[in-house]
Amino acid sequence: MNAPLSVEVDAVTHRFRGVEALSDVSLTVRPGTITGLVGRNGAGKTTLLSLIAALRPVQTGTVRVGGRDVWEDPSVTSRVCLVRDRGGILEDQRIHQTLRVQRALRPHWDEEYAVELLERFGVPLRKKPEQLSRGQRSILGAVVGLASRAELTLLDEVYLGMDAVARRLFYDELMADYVAHPRTIVLSSHLLDEVEDLMEDVVVLDRGRVVAAGDAAAVREQHSSGDRLASLTDVLVHVSTGRTPS
Amino acid sequence: MATQAVPAEFEPFDDRTPIYQQIADRIRHAVLVGDLPEGAQVMSTTQYATTHRINPATAAKAMSTLVDDGLLHKRRGLGMFVSEGARELLRQQRRATFWEDTFGPAIAEARALGITTDQLIEHLKEQP
Repeated sequence: MNAPLSVEVDAVTHRFRGVEALSDVSLTVRPGTITGLVGRNGAGKTTLLSLIAALRPVQTGTVRVGGRDVWEDPSVTSRVCLVRDRGGILEDQRIHQTLRVQRALRPHWDEEYAVELLERFGVPLRKKPEQLSRGQRSILGAVVGLASRAELTLLDEVYLGMDAVARRLFYDELMADYVAHPRTIVLSSHLLDEVEDLMEDVVVLDRGRVVAAGDAAAVREQHSSGDRLASLTDVLVHVSTGRTPS
Repeated sequence: MATQAVPAEFEPFDDRTPIYQQIADRIRHAVLVGDLPEGAQVMSTTQYATTHRINPATAAKAMSTLVDDGLLHKRRGLGMFVSEGARELLRQQRRATFWEDTFGPAIAEARALGITTDQLIEHLKEQP
């Protein structure tokens, strides 16, 4: 596996039908870190991740991955894996087919690992993704994300419908695979209590703007009052309402 | 020299203080009470990460704090080990703050409960 990839976003503004989803966003994701991308609904997380993964063209500003422009450069895009609610999965064909596509697409794809994980999570490979439950469908996406071993892995709310046990197993697997195969992981989730200790750095988005970024422990300390460390939920409450944790 | 790794601690962390501080405190405590003798290997950052589902950088931060304090040292390719003299160093540091940080609050609590100085002395004498 090649070196983990950095992300540099500089002065990016993005509009949908005139509405600003991202406003002058600049940030850096350090290579080899697990970086959390947090924010309330509509903060711009998914838009930002789509730009980094080159699923959408950048309107204003620049996005660079590993120092290079991502847009329509397959040597970069094959090393960037975005897992989200939809996409990357062949819904109406057996799971084997989805794995085959990844095998062709991903230079570091580990099929044995993917199959082993799916069996461990109880997802039947003979089924079609459209026949799976919401939780199983999410597990399939998460497995594709892990087994891709992409130098930049973007996980956008991959836990939808997964029960508490499945999520715990996923976090365990994420950490085990991350230490065994270091890479850059950007993790977006609303389940802040569950993911806040996984991340080294954090980027906090609020209404399309970066309102806090850097070492996750440092950001939490900056938003703490009294002798109790602020959780990421406290940080979000603070940045979006101005209220400090009591 | 003992190089055996300590058994993993499975106690979850609390969410009041940064985890790296809690890891550092646990290692200090283990050295102080002799669970981690001098020369012993400390659990690796990778083991901390996978055991506790925390970022390995968090554990590394704890280790580097302890290295700066002279309690641990790194052996390239092998891991982190408890330094010679670490326990004595901790004992001296803790003794310096014991009366104020540990015993002081106990006395204040005793006062609030109406426990007399004589009762405190009597209790201390009864301790094994």
